[in-house]
Amino acid sequence: MTDFILYGLLAGLGVALVAGPLGCFVVWRRMAYFGDTLAHSALLGVALGVLLEVNLSITATAIPLAMALGLVILEQRGVLSVDTLLGILSHSALAAGLVVISLLSDVRVDLMSLLFGDLLSVTSQDLWIIYGVAGVVLILLGALWRPLINITVDSELAAVEGTNVRLIRAVLMLITALVIAIAMKIVGVLLITALLIIPAATARRISITPEQMAAKASVIAMLTVVLGLALSWTTDAPAGPSVVLCSALLFTMSLMVRQRA
Amino acid sequence: MTSPLMTLDRIDKSFSGQHVLQNISLNLTQGEITTLIGPNGAGKSTLVRIVLGLLAPDSGSVTASKSLKIGYMPQKLHIDPTLPISTYRFLQLANASYQVCHSALASVGIAHLAKTPIQKLSGGEMQRVLLARAILRKPNLLVLDEPVQGVDINGQNALYKMIGSLSKSLNCAVLMVSHDLHLVMSATDQVICLNHHICCQGRPEQVTKDPAYLDIFGQTALYAHHHDHQHSVHGEVLDRNGVHRHGEGCDHD
Repeated sequence: MTDFILYGLLAGLGVALVAGPLGCFVVWRRMAYFGDTLAHSALLGVALGVLLEVNLSITATAIPLAMALGLVILEQRGVLSVDTLLGILSHSALAAGLVVISLLSDVRVDLMSLLFGDLLSVTSQDLWIIYGVAGVVLILLGALWRPLINITVDSELAAVEGTNVRLIRAVLMLITALVIAIAMKIVGVLLITALLIIPAATARRISITPEQMAAKASVIAMLTVVLGLALSWTTDAPAGPSVVLCSALLFTMSLMVRQRA
Repeated sequence: MTSPLMTLDRIDKSFSGQHVLQNISLNLTQGEITTLIGPNGAGKSTLVRIVLGLLAPDSGSVTASKSLKIGYMPQKLHIDPTLPISTYRFLQLANASYQVCHSALASVGIAHLAKTPIQKLSGGEMQRVLLARAILRKPNLLVLDEPVQGVDINGQNALYKMIGSLSKSLNCAVLMVSHDLHLVMSATDQVICLNHHICCQGRPEQVTKDPAYLDIFGQTALYAHHHDHQHSVHGEVLDRNGVHRHGEGCDHD
């Protein structure tokens, strides 16, 4: 095997490792559309990064974070339902990203790789970033596990029992933005949510505790990365969509297993 | 008499110009059960949220004793079916040991459900789990928002008895919201009849003789709200001539 396959595999495994537990929160808290919105805004982040000649990883994290903050503010004003707000922001961000990229005529930006990922162009520097971010995310998730579960079960009960709900929610948003920034390289902005929720939904069927579900989602996500890369290697299909397709196949197979609890 | 655990003094709260609570003052004292009654939309839940510290009043003060530890039993709790969690694990989330969780489950009579996924519990079982979680941290103030919602009549009686005996053994203050007047009256030390303002308050036997109470709830044991007064668009209480009037025991202006 050549280096680029190995790098791609390692990058995919690193992202899958954290996509498991984070994906569980996305499923439990019904944040799939929210995840989509942040992912779409990451495209705008990349476009602005190219435009302003700043590190792309920074803008691809910062714009989704700003988007999450804006959402919280709009939600509190109660102008529209969250669903509608997400619909507006999600697609506006995607459109804005596409327009800005098309305006950058002098810089060649590979739009397809941004939208659907480019696992095989991972460099050793990317690997450092992915594993660094994944490490930070795992530490945060581990340290804040109980309060995170508590605000997921019921935020008011958690608040009365002394959990700083706002802080924990903000950390969860930060984690989501970070994971989106590293997952973009693997599956692209359009497929990130799939990488988060499909392994978690698969793991749900064979888990009876939240921890089990998070761990199993990680393992399943890693398995789909391996299978997806193999599929991509043998058929020459793009890697990102191959990973998501394998993920969906595993989920379909899991439907035949009787749910445990 | 011991000093109160929590004192609310002349609380006002309005949402987008609508007065929900006006001039509410009350004391919650160790060992006393306070029941909050009143029609739908009277501001009961808003008052509870202020006591819990989830909501800040527009004016007035909330003074809590330094030792205050709240146990809260929400009206109901929906846990997403995608979250795999057993009853025992749910209790453990309140940061309690194995021992404490199991004795709490046993004291509400559902020790056998420890391993059951929480989404599979019946309405009555779920209320008991919520009660168990509320008493886990040995609170000195127990706040119960309509604790028997969705429970059949027999279960309601049992649950009220349980709340009474648990609060006695914990020697805590209880603030309880209820619709079921006839069931709670006997177990209550202080009744507050709320309709944006405090219509009347006192011991149950006083309150049931209070004209303001009788006007609202009638003579029957069944819960029925007969309005003795009109409300202005701002929620101000007016009598039939459109003038603000007070129930007996009302001391606000």
